[in-house]
Amino acid sequence: MKNFSLGKYALPVYAVLAFTYLLIPIAYTFVFSFNDYRRSNIAWRGFTLDNWASVCEAQGVCEAFGTSVTIGVISTLIATVLGTMIAIALVRYRFKFRSAVSLLLFLPMATPELVLGAGLAAQFFNVGAEMGFGTIVIAHVMFCLSFVVVTVKARVASLDPALEEAGRDLYASPSQVFWKITFPLLLPGIMAAALLAFALSFDDFIITYFNSGPTETFPKYVYTAAAKGLPGEANVIGMSVFFLAIAIVVTVQVRSSLKAKRLAKIK
Amino acid sequence: MAFAAFSHGGGGKKSAAPVSKGNGKVALLLLLPGLLYLAVFFIAPLISLVATSLQTMDISSGFPVYSYGFQVSNYVDVVTQYGPQIFRSFFYALLATVAALIISYPLAYFIGVKARRWPLLQGLMLTLVIAPFFISFLLRTFAWKQIFSNESWIVGLLQQIGLLAPDQYLVGTPFMVIFGLTYNFIPFMTLPLYTTLERLDVRYLEAGADLYASPRKTFTKITLPLSMPGIVSGTLLTFIPIAGDYVNASGLFLGSTETSMLGNVVESKFLKSYEYPTASALSVILMGAILFLVTLYVRKSGTDDLL
Repeated sequence: MKNFSLGKYALPVYAVLAFTYLLIPIAYTFVFSFNDYRRSNIAWRGFTLDNWASVCEAQGVCEAFGTSVTIGVISTLIATVLGTMIAIALVRYRFKFRSAVSLLLFLPMATPELVLGAGLAAQFFNVGAEMGFGTIVIAHVMFCLSFVVVTVKARVASLDPALEEAGRDLYASPSQVFWKITFPLLLPGIMAAALLAFALSFDDFIITYFNSGPTETFPKYVYTAAAKGLPGEANVIGMSVFFLAIAIVVTVQVRSSLKAKRLAKIK
Repeated sequence: MAFAAFSHGGGGKKSAAPVSKGNGKVALLLLLPGLLYLAVFFIAPLISLVATSLQTMDISSGFPVYSYGFQVSNYVDVVTQYGPQIFRSFFYALLATVAALIISYPLAYFIGVKARRWPLLQGLMLTLVIAPFFISFLLRTFAWKQIFSNESWIVGLLQQIGLLAPDQYLVGTPFMVIFGLTYNFIPFMTLPLYTTLERLDVRYLEAGADLYASPRKTFTKITLPLSMPGIVSGTLLTFIPIAGDYVNASGLFLGSTETSMLGNVVESKFLKSYEYPTASALSVILMGAILFLVTLYVRKSGTDDLL
């Protein structure tokens, strides 16, 4: 081995170290979801399955989790519909003020969440709106919208207009063309956008905290509980969401790589 | 990602011809609901924020009463009173962004260039990069707090080998806050870097080597310039959220009163002491400074088409 060089192994070793670093807090949260904790879940006191078996035992955890899921679903639905419409218009139609529209969509993503949260809260305060479930949904739709547009837009742009032309040539009505051709082809992009919107909504704390009033979401629960110590049940919920998300991502990846293999065979 | 996605659209994308020519009404109907939504719940609140930041406060009745005014001195008060917090926000954001870039670049290079031959491995590694996103932002920050808590063996070890004095701890120090900020936003840096490096044509690197360029020269003259778009979007995507973060620096998580950033002041003024003009003025300062820095940075790095 004349050519043995450190360089060849340095990068893979570095990658392993970097991944370890990225995964440490996740591993920690997982391990401590099995801790037989008493008042605070800091010191290891022994292995138990109790936290997993009775997640809702800890006060407020399950309610907060349920609220977060409900808010996530509603916000995702609204943001995905509005965002998809904008994405289609941006790619398919030419209109005036196009760059102004692009800028308006870009700005919420470039604005710090703190400013988005405080601005909306100032607005609600000035008009005397009561903070709670509704104001959280309004806030979440607002910051998810641009991300939906970006994600769906990429899909619309890669769509071959010839397919729709073929539909029109065969005397399909505009609505038939949309629902039978355009929409099914856009669906993977729309699904990806919806998943992204849900993830953003579910995990948001910074904006939510300003606009939530007494309503408790899961991240807000963790923030408040951090002062007196987090129950192991919170770890259980965090880890369940984690495993579910990983399962979805892996399924999508395996499916698309299988599809790529099949396409390669055909060619 | 977001920045890159926008750069592809806009002017350059005219190949997809309009479906129905001159059908402006359909476009308007598609755009209007979403744009109205943003006008009411994004633009109007920003205006509201500026208006609130100029309000005058009257505490003669015992509790603060605010009325609309044009109190520009609010800004002077805020800057003189919370100068250190404003400085920390940008200073910590700068350090954490640089740290995230240094940690992410080799990793993104490995996934995007070295692992190209194994798409499945690439996919697995990308999943690992975004894995922290799947566990709540607050839970992972809290996990670091406990890992480095005063009773932890790590702190004990550091005290024993003399890196920390016996009465010194990690939680509550600027180091810990910057550590947490770096960790939390690394995926935002790695992903755009990966996207550009994945498209890097290795033949350029081979050409460099053929022309007797040293590996270092190949890197600084070829790889680095070609990955500039990823570096620009990555640094923006990390710097902006970090500058406005108030979780990591909070005393409940990795910080203390000595590390509090602009966001922590806004949070406490807004939600605890109800000093809305102060909180709003600070938010406007953050927004203005970020817009200024981003414009300057994008100009300097010669990637004007990003916006």
